[in-house]
Amino acid sequence: MRHLLSLLKKEVRELLTPATVLPIVILAVLFASFGGFTGGVVEEALGSPPTVAIVDLDEGKYSALYFDALISRNATIVYNGSNVDDAISAMKESGAMATLVIGQDYSSLIESGERANITVYWNLKGTGLFSSMSTAPVDMVISEVRTKTSKLLIEDGMAGDPDIIMSPIGYQSTTFLGDNRLDGVSPAEVSAFMQTQSFMMPLLIMIVIVMLGGIIISSMGQEKENKTLETLLTLPVNRTTIVSGKLLGSAFVGLLFAGIYMIGLNFYMEGLMDTAASMELSQLELGTTDTAIVGIMVALAILCALGLCMILGAFAKNYKAAQSLTIPISFLAVIPFFVVLFADFSSLPLPAQAILFVIPFTHPMIAMNNMIMGDYMLVYYGIAYLVAFTLATVIITVRLYKSDILLTGLGTTIASGPLGKLFGKK
Amino acid sequence: MDALMVKDFTKSYGKHVGVDGISFNVKHGEIFGLIGPNGAGKTTTLRVLSTLLSVTSGEMYVYGKSVVDEPNEVRRIISYLPEDAGAYKHLTGRQYLDFISTFFASGEERKRMVSRGMEITGLGDRINSKVDTYSKGMMRRLLIARAIMTRPKFAILDEVTSGLDVVNATEIRQIIKDLSSEGVTILLSSHNMFEVEYLCDRVALIDKGKIVAEGAPGELKRKYQAENLEEVFTKVVRG
Ligand SMILES: Nc1ncnc2c1ncn2[C@@H]1O[C@H](COP(=O)(O)OP(=O)(O)OP(=O)(O)O)[C@@H](O)[C@H]1O
Ligand SMILES: [Mg+2]
Repeated sequence: MRHLLSLLKKEVRELLTPATVLPIVILAVLFASFGGFTGGVVEEALGSPPTVAIVDLDEGKYSALYFDALISRNATIVYNGSNVDDAISAMKESGAMATLVIGQDYSSLIESGERANITVYWNLKGTGLFSSMSTAPVDMVISEVRTKTSKLLIEDGMAGDPDIIMSPIGYQSTTFLGDNRLDGVSPAEVSAFMQTQSFMMPLLIMIVIVMLGGIIISSMGQEKENKTLETLLTLPVNRTTIVSGKLLGSAFVGLLFAGIYMIGLNFYMEGLMDTAASMELSQLELGTTDTAIVGIMVALAILCALGLCMILGAFAKNYKAAQSLTIPISFLAVIPFFVVLFADFSSLPLPAQAILFVIPFTHPMIAMNNMIMGDYMLVYYGIAYLVAFTLATVIITVRLYKSDILLTGLGTTIASGPLGKLFGKK
Repeated sequence: MDALMVKDFTKSYGKHVGVDGISFNVKHGEIFGLIGPNGAGKTTTLRVLSTLLSVTSGEMYVYGKSVVDEPNEVRRIISYLPEDAGAYKHLTGRQYLDFISTFFASGEERKRMVSRGMEITGLGDRINSKVDTYSKGMMRRLLIARAIMTRPKFAILDEVTSGLDVVNATEIRQIIKDLSSEGVTILLSSHNMFEVEYLCDRVALIDKGKIVAEGAPGELKRKYQAENLEEVFTKVVRG
């Protein structure tokens, strides 16, 4: 135990230097100041035809415009009736984009020169950066109807408030996301809010892992170049203790880095809250248990990264060789980040899902979304996988520390089958 | 019981044979020197002996403990100083000695060990400076202090004085002599024939992984009718 502590202390001292900590702090501060600038998602028109459920209680001159617009855009209408609940169920079942509810006095309101509101129930399927764009075709239908209505009013020589004539209809949004019903919240607002949770978290994980990977592999390269590793391995200490000391020492540093980021991230979120969030959105925030689960997954992912680093670092002959070995780690952290950024895990084809599942860093990145969408199975599988992965890396690392490869590096021993040697030995 | 017994020891790196079936013994309290041209297999032998690399074939015993089967026991007996070694650069010299001492002793004994180490370094106040500000000579002194402050039974020193100035090298040789007189067995490698002749009770000359000559420096000089070990070396290696 005393040995482990001593090794741990040395490890932290070696890894935690101004040169390694400063970039982290700077980035955290950058994040913190970033919050104020970030706006909503820019919505772009998508070519795909809208799919909607529609409840027309008005059946008047102006509500008919919606049908015209939908038909001209080749829309699929999954429900057309008078029951709002049925319409919403039909929308959810068929995966339609939205349910439009047009009130009884819709046309008469417009004719009397007042602004008429419709109610839109949005069916948001994912939480990726551009997921709110999936509802854009419906947005466009409403805009078109608005313009047409305005045009008709002007043609009819309608007199009254020019603001209303220019924009005679409005809508109230309710967004469905997974099991959540968010009254008065538009998909764009959900997206903006989710970005902070579902985008910043993967970003944090990616950055911490890339940085940590670099630091740890370099430090192992340095240990070899300085021969401090050789010295260490001839001391009367267990190989397992040495490996654990390295792992725990680096884990401490890793969690510290993650912690520094979290603080930056927190400021970022607070900066954003003032502008975007309403009370409704707070139901999308994770509860204490869920937050703890994400925390555990982040910690496990860091351990996985460390294990991988130690395996790769074992092959590094010197400091220089170590540098290039950080590339695969960075790669593994960047891939899931970009996938999560642009797509939803659940909407990917199976082979892509399988590949992502195998990459340990994917799991904490997608955990938040999965929990919000109520998909806990994937979260639990993820945790099990992370634990198994960590254990496997520790076992392999201890094996490596008992083999020649650690000191001779890759290239010479590979000829005689390093894997055979590695696993053949007692 | 011999301090070290090496029998038919072979080490291959893949297909390449680094050391090819050597046998030699080192007696308790002796200073034994391994000499030979670059790439002869000296470092390889010392690394295997220090439990760092695996034995391809043959046997190696340190005070009766098998390097192959009881590496942990062997580690308790030996102290190994690698060639061109360094220390953790963010630690001070004192912190480094302190770190190493935790693996060998505790309490008061550990404190005594560290102060003995600090004395051996002869670094004075500089012991509190960061290791990466040390010169080559200072670093070497720190590492030697680290290697011997633990009072090992068996010290393995790979090219201890290479790259040091005359004064530093002389001082370090004196440290080694003193260590030996305390009863520590020493196995060292060196390219400095003067040093080997001065320090070693016996030497083994390795070439291309095989021992080509072995004995006390005086014996070897007589046998090869040479003035000094350097001449012996050249005669034997050139064939
Ligand atoms: N990691 C390694 N991988 C492959 N071959 C190696 C390795 N280390 C040493 N060798 C080979 O083993 C042989 C012996 O090398 P070794 O380092 O033991 O020589 P040495 O006697 O210490 O030389 P020097 O005086 O230059 O230090 C050399 O041919 C060398 O190329
Ligand atoms: Mg050598």
